[in-house]
Amino acid sequence: MFYREAGQFKSSYNADQAILPIAQDRVFVIGVLAVAFAGVPWFIDSYWVNAIFLPFLAYALAALGLNLLTGYCGQVSLGTGGFMAVGAFATFKLITAFPELNLIIVVLLSGAVTAAVGVMFGLPSLRIKGFYLAVATLAAQFFLVWLFNKVGWFLNYSPTGQITMPSVEVFGVLVTGPRATPAARYLFCLSFVALFALAAKNIVRGRVGRSWMAIRDMDIAAELIGIRPLAAKLSAFAVSSFYIGMAGSLYFGVWLGSAEPIEAFGIEQSFLVLFMIIIGGLGSVLGSFLGAAFMTLMPIVLKNFMVDGLAVEVVTAKHVEITLMGVLIIFFLIVEPHGLARMWQILKEKLRLWPFPY
Amino acid sequence: MGSELMFFFETVISGVMAGVMYALVALGFVLIFKASGIFNFAQGVMCLFAALALYDFMAPGGWIDRLFGITLPVWLAIVATIGVMIVVAWLIERLVLQHLVQQDPIILFMATLGLAYVLEGLGDILFGSDVKPLDLGIPQGASDWALDTLGLYVEKLEVVAAITGAVLVTVLAIFFQRTRIGRALRAVADDHQAALSVGISLRTIWVIVWSVSGIVALVAGIMWGSKSGVQFSLSLIALKALPVLILGGFTSVPGAIVGGLIIGVGEKLAEVYFGPYVGGAIENWFAYMLALAFLLFRPQGLFGERIIERV
Amino acid sequence: MMFKRLTGALIGATLALPAVVSTASAYELVMPSLDYRTGPYAPNGIPFANGYHDYLMMLNERDGGIEGVKVKLVQCETAYNTKQGVECYEKTKDTPPSRALVYQPLSTGITYQIIPKASVDKIPVHSMGYGRTSAANGKVFDWIFNFPATYWDQAAVLVKYIGEKEGGLDKLKGKKIALVYHNSAYGKEPIRTLEKAAEKFGFELMLLAVDHPGQEQKATWLQIRRERPDWVLMWGWGVMNQVAIKEAASIRYPMDHFIGVWWSGSENDVLPAGESAHGYLSGAFHAPGDNFPAHDDIKKHVYDKGKAQGERDRIGEVLYNRGLIAAVYASEAIRNAMKIHNTKEVTPEMVRDGYENLDLTEARLKELGLPGFTIPVKITCANHAGPRKVALQQWDAKAKKWSFVTDFYDTMNDIVDPLIEEDSSQYAKENKIKPRDC
Repeated sequence: MFYREAGQFKSSYNADQAILPIAQDRVFVIGVLAVAFAGVPWFIDSYWVNAIFLPFLAYALAALGLNLLTGYCGQVSLGTGGFMAVGAFATFKLITAFPELNLIIVVLLSGAVTAAVGVMFGLPSLRIKGFYLAVATLAAQFFLVWLFNKVGWFLNYSPTGQITMPSVEVFGVLVTGPRATPAARYLFCLSFVALFALAAKNIVRGRVGRSWMAIRDMDIAAELIGIRPLAAKLSAFAVSSFYIGMAGSLYFGVWLGSAEPIEAFGIEQSFLVLFMIIIGGLGSVLGSFLGAAFMTLMPIVLKNFMVDGLAVEVVTAKHVEITLMGVLIIFFLIVEPHGLARMWQILKEKLRLWPFPY
Repeated sequence: MGSELMFFFETVISGVMAGVMYALVALGFVLIFKASGIFNFAQGVMCLFAALALYDFMAPGGWIDRLFGITLPVWLAIVATIGVMIVVAWLIERLVLQHLVQQDPIILFMATLGLAYVLEGLGDILFGSDVKPLDLGIPQGASDWALDTLGLYVEKLEVVAAITGAVLVTVLAIFFQRTRIGRALRAVADDHQAALSVGISLRTIWVIVWSVSGIVALVAGIMWGSKSGVQFSLSLIALKALPVLILGGFTSVPGAIVGGLIIGVGEKLAEVYFGPYVGGAIENWFAYMLALAFLLFRPQGLFGERIIERV
Repeated sequence: MMFKRLTGALIGATLALPAVVSTASAYELVMPSLDYRTGPYAPNGIPFANGYHDYLMMLNERDGGIEGVKVKLVQCETAYNTKQGVECYEKTKDTPPSRALVYQPLSTGITYQIIPKASVDKIPVHSMGYGRTSAANGKVFDWIFNFPATYWDQAAVLVKYIGEKEGGLDKLKGKKIALVYHNSAYGKEPIRTLEKAAEKFGFELMLLAVDHPGQEQKATWLQIRRERPDWVLMWGWGVMNQVAIKEAASIRYPMDHFIGVWWSGSENDVLPAGESAHGYLSGAFHAPGDNFPAHDDIKKHVYDKGKAQGERDRIGEVLYNRGLIAAVYASEAIRNAMKIHNTKEVTPEMVRDGYENLDLTEARLKELGLPGFTIPVKITCANHAGPRKVALQQWDAKAKKWSFVTDFYDTMNDIVDPLIEEDSSQYAKENKIKPRDC
């Protein structure tokens, strides 16, 4: 009843092929974007930006990237942390070597560098499949992090072993460093995420995306109908790494501001992003956002609820939070194994039929 | 020259020992993957949980002490811990797996992540997060005999681990090949539907296999826990088992042992002879690179079942 | 995305709650404590957090706070994780009524996160003997304090100690010293200092990295067994320490030639190795043990009243005392700030002045019930690292006790000072900071 497309007619091919063919969806997405771009910056403060929005946006972009590879092309990867490190270090090297370069270009270039590295580590996927591939990408993860930690050139020979982002202005507005305003940092990341979410949505609807999905569903069959596995798999690795590299760049440059290779880009990152897309929904752009929101915000919500709301002792709250997080993951999987995105779809379906279930 | 050769032997031996230690962890993964196709992310945390429970049952101030005013001797504590792991397995089947039959492997993998969180949180709540020195009377330190007469450095704990590992694999192999339950397990591993149709209860099999891998986790937990004390880091040893798994194949019990040995020896030799030239600490990625190199030739692992694809 | 807004609203609600409850009450001194009682490093985080908590609670119970103003301890769990640490920092920094007065970041990663933020938020940070070494230069780092000594000082002192045992620094020539280090920014800290010292004194330095978490160190110790270095230094953390000490015992490395950094010298590190850890050495800047009057006060005012978070028999452990001394420094700095600004309602800016003019003498330590617990500390505008002296403590496995075996050594200024100058001026240049004159 609330969500009914009856009466919405499409009179042109363009309308039929729109990203969001249903009016309610369009209104909803535009509404969310309007709030995100015009509403949030007004009340955002440093807690919201550092603890909630920036982690969410950086992880959403990384999850989007991984979802293109794993959800759409079916190649499980556990190298995300390593690829984010590539993006972050590319940003660091570029911005310290060419301080006058626009940060937008730096972020895009970091993505491009990561894409190249991703293709290189994607080569084994032509022969190895499934969980075997997942663990093989761990080789990339461990090797890259080791490399960044070990080779002084990447750290600009800093004796502290940390990389630190200098303060950078974009079009006269400071977006990195401690003096940047929360709103500027937030809008910078949001623009990237929104733009590339749109791009992802279009890639997966097009020829490339369809060839990925064919490979995912059955690669031999895909080969028989004329899709080249080499091109499809490697393009998936390239595009996915491009996204992940940009995510790493924003993660380090805008959010954290300083990072140490082993801690910031460790294996936990790889698992975390993979979990985001599974819980959010494999093969769904919306799912990447929902998953990132779930995995980054849920612990904070649980913690604040217990510590501030119920006045539970901090350490107990943490233990309960970890346990509850596990329970919630299992619960959501049992209720809807195909992720939060699928749940959202079912909800829309219900809304459409309500109040008549049949 | 003689001492160089001796050193080479030492490196190989310690690689073998480390390999067995990895294999102990990898075994638990293999069992569950073989019987249910689940990649059990929680295996590392299960090791931690089992070791925590074991320590707690023997320690003054532990749960048994608080409830009954006694502390258990080692062997009784081990029996009690096995009991705990069986209960855990049963609960996992009841509360989680039962609801996720017929789902994609990646969904089940995710569910085991949830399990890992739950067990980690519960372990902390129930047993606390201090370092607990685990002393079961397993001999520790270098073997004096080997060191004095042969000039060879062999760690006693690891010899015990190696023997335990060998016994464990033999017992498991017999269990799989010769017993009724073992045959049922293999049937389930081959085909869920067919197994169900000849009257094998999938649920019982799952409880059994999770219990067995819980017991394997206990053994691994004891060995690693005796080495470093029982603490949270114990759950991270699972990462060491992953290259062993891909190398040996997810479905092969002997594969876990052979894979462990190859990885153990390979990474030690690399670290000792190649590491100093590139700055050291290459063990971790070297293990994965080694596994990757093997995979390029055998994509299903050394002993894994051949993947046959049909359109 | 709707989910996001929902959770947002929920957090908003839970965040708003404490602000509503705690109005109207009297002025309180907000002291955040970034604990890590969970995660891989929890065994070290728990005693530190307990020491910090217990001392401040004792002040509250015994004296009604600092100069009669109650301390409001705000705990936040970081699990030693940088991202959670950032969340904690952002969450606690504006806690009413006084705002956060000082941060003890407690992890290298969190320290580096907070350093740039603190100078913008105007909150002092005390990274006590860890974090960024060049923060010792107060001209560049106005808001950061890292007294009583830095990692670089400690590395220099350990070389000094070795020289003394070998019969003079000139005897170091041709000796071989190995450094076993945690393969992270923290573990790599002493390398530069040791390299400089090796150059100067002519000893050979052998670097052995151990990856996190460090449960498997066979290859490292095989190399030590082969090369037989005369001394082994360790910059370890967490489970790495326990395994290293056991491995060292296994290859029969003489324990009294094996020296850890002060994060590798607590009860947790040596107990799992049992008897074989006897004689192991580590750096220290405060005494171990609970035989000080301050500890008795803690037992009486905190533990007897059931306000403790830890166990009674673990009072006086090395890391407990480290938390305690951090609390002592913080409370003395606040007291100092009250004196300088002549108000009881101090703000973080005032506390910074309190830190910068801190002068903790032997007599004052005695008044605090900690005679001989540590060395006197005097901070100036230019020197934020204080005395920069380090002593060594040794483990007695039979008595299960740490005890001091040396006096406090001075650092080697000729080696460490240029390094500090170089790194801090580079930081100043990168961040366009104009060093203060003082």
